[in-house]
Amino acid sequence: MTLFQKSLILFGIVVVILALASAIGAWLSRRVTSEGGLATVENLNARIKAWWGMIAIFAACYALGFTATVLLFALTSFYTLREFISLTPTQRADHAPLVFAFYVLLPLQYWLVWSDWYGLFAILIPVYGFLLLPSLSSLQGDPENFLSRVSHIQWAVMLTVYRISHAPALILLQIPGYEGQGFLLLFFLTAVVQFSDVMQYVFGKLMGKTKLAPVISPSKTVEGLVGGGLSAMALGAALWSITPFSPLAAAAMAGLIVIAGFLGGLSLSAVKRSMGAKDWGTMVEGHGGVLDRMDSVSFAAPLFFHLTRYFYTV
Amino acid sequence: MIDLVLIGLTRFLVGAHCRWTGSAPEERQRIYFANHASHLDTLLLWSALPKHLRAITHPAAAADYWGQGAVKRYIAQKGLNAVLVDRSGSSAPGTALEPLRQVLAEGHSLILFPEGTRSANRLPGPFKSGLYRLAKEFPDAELIPVYLDNPARAMPKGALLPLPIICSAHFGLALARVENEEKEAFLLRAQAAVSALAPPAPEALTS
Repeated sequence: MTLFQKSLILFGIVVVILALASAIGAWLSRRVTSEGGLATVENLNARIKAWWGMIAIFAACYALGFTATVLLFALTSFYTLREFISLTPTQRADHAPLVFAFYVLLPLQYWLVWSDWYGLFAILIPVYGFLLLPSLSSLQGDPENFLSRVSHIQWAVMLTVYRISHAPALILLQIPGYEGQGFLLLFFLTAVVQFSDVMQYVFGKLMGKTKLAPVISPSKTVEGLVGGGLSAMALGAALWSITPFSPLAAAAMAGLIVIAGFLGGLSLSAVKRSMGAKDWGTMVEGHGGVLDRMDSVSFAAPLFFHLTRYFYTV
Repeated sequence: MIDLVLIGLTRFLVGAHCRWTGSAPEERQRIYFANHASHLDTLLLWSALPKHLRAITHPAAAADYWGQGAVKRYIAQKGLNAVLVDRSGSSAPGTALEPLRQVLAEGHSLILFPEGTRSANRLPGPFKSGLYRLAKEFPDAELIPVYLDNPARAMPKGALLPLPIICSAHFGLALARVENEEKEAFLLRAQAAVSALAPPAPEALTS
């Protein structure tokens, strides 16, 4: 099978699943009558609608090629960094380092992905960014809360630019016998992360009892994590033929993606909680902000990238 | 065309979300008055208004900023429908408001920043008397308080580039008209109406 045929089948399957979800959503909205139930179903339908939008964007990028995919993720980093900085307080002296983060580091990082310059891609932000960001802050001459301000900006850039940029970088990994099929790795990561999020939500709603982190994220339950994680591992194993992994390795990769994604969701919930907010924004109806959908990707993408790079590239 | 580019760019960078909390986006004569903390304010409020309201609304823009240089003047007049106002104080008392009176006399709406200058604080400072005079001369215009949230973070005083930080415009309940109200009382009431729309202050970043 060619890459094109594989992708066509994959997108076809996703469309069928979403159509099924839409049908169930429409059926539920006619059947459910209780007030709390209606709110849940409404939220569910909004989420499904947003899913259609997301899969359409993803498919369009795939059709338009690598450059469009890199641009899509650059835009995702832009919106998530914007949401992160908007919700968390900044001071006047943070303006200069933030201008540098938005207008220099972000485009440069994605240019490095686009031009396949791995050596600099891997160190731009940890070495040069973390050298210049605090320097720019200190040059403003305002020592108030200096340490927390610098950490705040550095972590924001790490989360939203550096980590998310590892997702499109998957396309460039040179794996023997798997040349030119990197896009399928990106599909694998996205499918596992998002499916795990959805199934954790579903299992949590259906049988969630034991709260995992009652203070930070009251909706996360042990039952949701186990059910969602096992479903995502099953999906990962089922997708093994589009990856360079064996079925067992594909399930293991999916398991690690689930754990990293779960920890990402938890860490970013802790930030939201500390700011007294429920969502990162309002851009995606039913889901909140872009960062609400990308928190797990942000944690899982670099892990998946480096494990694949270490074990499968020469 | 240029207005759509400006609005697109503003929304891309700072979101420019609008929240109608006390009034609705109705097509009637209004004086919108807002807090002023950034050069982004005019663009932000303008971009937050729906299209049918932009067509009949004119921001009052400081001639010493927006009138400086061909590019800014072009943006202000063609893109923002702005009325340039001289705030130097060199003209005879009352005449500075003349271009604003003309707009209101035609039945159109105005956007005013009654503080007159950008303040660095979250809540607006004392209002100048222009709003009082225009309100008195045009008793049928609705007085809508607007709180602009975050533009001072996106583009503080002295900054060259705006940062992408989500900003929003909160439109409040029309200010009630009180018969024979003193100027000071009116201005204080207007200022308080804008402050009341401000979302609670974010917790300070403490270690």
